[in-house]
Amino acid sequence: MAEIKHHLTDQLLMGYAAGTLPEAFSLVVATHVSLCDECRSRLGEFEAVGGEVMMSAGAVSMSNDSFAATMALIANTPEAPQKRYAKGIFPAPLQDYVGGDKDDVRWRPVGGGVRQMILASDGGATVRLLHIPGGVAVPDHGHRGLELTLVLQGAFKDESDRFGVGDVEVANEDLNHTPIAEEGEACICLAATDAPLKFNSFLPRIAQRFVRI
Amino acid sequence: MTEQKTPARAEWLDEIYAVRDTQDQAAFARLFAHFAPRVKGFLMRSGASADVAEECAQEVMATIWRKAALFDPARASVATWIFTIARNRQIDMIRRARRPEPEDLPWGPDAEPDQEEVLVLQEETNKLGEAIAALPEKQRELIQKAYFGDLSHSEIAEQTGLPLGTIKSRIRLALDRLRHTMR
Ligand SMILES: [Zn+2]
Repeated sequence: MAEIKHHLTDQLLMGYAAGTLPEAFSLVVATHVSLCDECRSRLGEFEAVGGEVMMSAGAVSMSNDSFAATMALIANTPEAPQKRYAKGIFPAPLQDYVGGDKDDVRWRPVGGGVRQMILASDGGATVRLLHIPGGVAVPDHGHRGLELTLVLQGAFKDESDRFGVGDVEVANEDLNHTPIAEEGEACICLAATDAPLKFNSFLPRIAQRFVRI
Repeated sequence: MTEQKTPARAEWLDEIYAVRDTQDQAAFARLFAHFAPRVKGFLMRSGASADVAEECAQEVMATIWRKAALFDPARASVATWIFTIARNRQIDMIRRARRPEPEDLPWGPDAEPDQEEVLVLQEETNKLGEAIAALPEKQRELIQKAYFGDLSHSEIAEQTGLPLGTIKSRIRLALDRLRHTMR
């Protein structure tokens, strides 16, 4: 795989380690970490901080029958969990949401040749797969919150840089950008937003509601 | 810190191995006595009621038993590992949300992990704990609040000013070493 140049921020990794991110962002983090050893290692650091915080939080006595109850729980669910990793271009956490790999995505057109599949929407944050044909621009859009875009196939460019497979763009509301898929293979990316995308010139607001973009 | 004579972290490894290899209930009971009350305390600090925290802590301990074979001491201390399990159960059981997890690495845990690598990681994690304990109170509180899930928006902004970089660099060195040797 090409070298990953654009990584997750410390704040996102810490939020994921602490378990405080919305599900939509957690999926992007888990998918990027599956592809990126550097962020896996950084996440390990933040989880180590969490472990130390937990150990110093103060112990609270367990109830009297607690150990026996736990042994009963163990006896009732004997199967051991297996390691999980996926074959294909989508890492395991993403495949869990799609129900398979690239060929299993249930795409829906959103106009301009762009297709999407909404994967989860929770607490105001939404995560979707986007399929952008080579050379096609995702219409100019601003966003009112945080937007994460992780490339899984192909590449896109915007005003700030080029993003290839494994790269994640972390954009805040200041960035009003126009990602363009590179010529050639379609660009597939996983995008999470914590506010609806507002397209500046693409769809009237009423239509946005129907296509949920 | 009122606690004395906590066994060195590497000793908890023996208990994990005993559970993994021989389903040793006595070793599990020692893990339980040490970790379950801390998991429960953590969950309560994060907002769970005593009953829910008790139930969740039992689930966490049961998961430790079942997943003992997947624990990789070259990548995480026992406390770190248990924290990740507790956090996942918390999201699942208490917040009733789905928790996407990174996929597992195809390599490891090794049947015979390099003892020195394991000890370096444990030692770095212990140092990390000491470094957190030695932080000025306000900064330590900020870190704790981040993990208990009760940071305000302005505090989240402030978080970028944390001296986490200096702490991280210690443990990062160890993890970088691990990562390179494990390729
Ligand atoms: Zn990365």
